[in-house]
Amino acid sequence: MNDKGHLPEERRTFLKYLIGGGLIGFAGSVLYPLFAFLKPPKQADVEVTSASAGKLSEFEKGTGKIVRFGNKPLLVIRMPNGEVKAFSATCTHFDCTVQYKKDLEIIWCACHNGKYDLNGKNIAGPPPRPLDEYRVVMKGDEILISKKA
Amino acid sequence: MKNFWNKIYDWFNSRLDLQDVVGFIGKKYVPVHRHSVWYYFGGVSLFLFIIQVITGILLLFYYKGSSDLAFESIQFIMSKVEFGWLIRSIHSWAANLFILAAFIHMFSVYFSRAYRKPREITWLTGMLMFFLALAFGFSGYLLPWNELAFFATKVGTDIMTAIPFIGTPIMEFMRGGEDVTGATLSRLFGFHVALFPGIFTVLLAVHLILVQRQGMSVPIDMENIPADEKKTMPFFPNFLLRDLLLWLLVLNVLAILAVFFPAHLGEKADMFAPSPEGIKPEWYFLFMFQTLKYIPAQVLFIDGEILGILLFGAAGLLWTLVPFWDRRSAKGQSSRFVTYLGLFAVIFIIVFTIVGWLA
Ligand code: FES
Repeated sequence: MNDKGHLPEERRTFLKYLIGGGLIGFAGSVLYPLFAFLKPPKQADVEVTSASAGKLSEFEKGTGKIVRFGNKPLLVIRMPNGEVKAFSATCTHFDCTVQYKKDLEIIWCACHNGKYDLNGKNIAGPPPRPLDEYRVVMKGDEILISKKA
Repeated sequence: MKNFWNKIYDWFNSRLDLQDVVGFIGKKYVPVHRHSVWYYFGGVSLFLFIIQVITGILLLFYYKGSSDLAFESIQFIMSKVEFGWLIRSIHSWAANLFILAAFIHMFSVYFSRAYRKPREITWLTGMLMFFLALAFGFSGYLLPWNELAFFATKVGTDIMTAIPFIGTPIMEFMRGGEDVTGATLSRLFGFHVALFPGIFTVLLAVHLILVQRQGMSVPIDMENIPADEKKTMPFFPNFLLRDLLLWLLVLNVLAILAVFFPAHLGEKADMFAPSPEGIKPEWYFLFMFQTLKYIPAQVLFIDGEILGILLFGAAGLLWTLVPFWDRRSAKGQSSRFVTYLGLFAVIFIIVFTIVGWLA
């Protein structure tokens, strides 16, 4: 301390940095755990690779149904010609769940009237992208669905 | 009898120095002019907020905030608990009236330039409370865990992803994961009954203290009336009694709405069922939602959705900061531009709300 009772300039700057740095460090050590806590943990999702969509013999032609694939809904359709197709049922617009519309033979999203054809291509309304298609394999009478490689 | 009350007053007064407060309130005057009616809407918003707190606490006695129990607990409230349907209907209707009153209050403050110096902080706390009110509406909407709420929340949170860089993290923060699940319900429940009310109460306290300290603002064009021609009314008790009368009227309107148009519950949310038709956000989000639909998918190089969200964000920010860029009002002049901007905002909101409603 000099005769005026002030700290010398360099000591003062040093203390300023020390206190400022300390404050930043303190704020960081409080905020980091806080934000980390708020961020939802990645659930150890059982990575599903395939799911069953029931028996073909019980699946009427010209109908569709929603099947769970892990946590996600899939839309499985039995076409009028008997062929089975599977798509992600999550609308590419804002995440609603789509359905098969028998009378129009399209995939329809009720939320904002989004339409997809039976190849999952977006043909009308707001959806910006086609629906992802899944692979369908038959194991005897059972319909199995898996992710496309 | 008089003596008895005087004694009670004296008891408190000698401990709390009440005479200062009484003297302080007694000095406040409310200007009387042809726009005086707008002074009442802040009070109405306050009244409706108080109703929300009371009915909200009552609902908490029975509500269960988890995805397997939420819907059933509300069913229980509506069918088994005496007057449960009434409490829930009032909570739901008061929410709507609250936001409506807050809209009116905000616009009347805007048009009368009551935000100008020295009331900038009052305006800012008010705007933050307004945004919180919308957040209350959004978070409360999911709590019944019915089909409409479930998909509306999906849509509402998915819109966030249009914001560049931080959009997806925000969406996951709101959902408590990648999808709308029970985790989302827990989160929004926590926001709705703990986080938001806490912040709101602090803002409200600051807001009200400032209004008491600074008194009522007078519109710019009334300011230059000579002092002896200025009409005023004492805040206490004259204005307060009128306030209370209006509150009683609002309570009646609320009761009529709640009794004759009780809140629905609908179907329980099913994550593996197709979305129902007619997903619409609550009316106070409708104008934004409807506008987003009109912006083409691609504007120059930017995605229409992104552009829309950014525009609304910027507009909200500009509106919130009006006391700082409307330099003329601080000097006691009203600018045409500010008036026209306000009119544009009102008309825009009304038109797009109606269009969205009819769509
Ligand atoms: S969410 Fe499917 S059309 Fe909007």
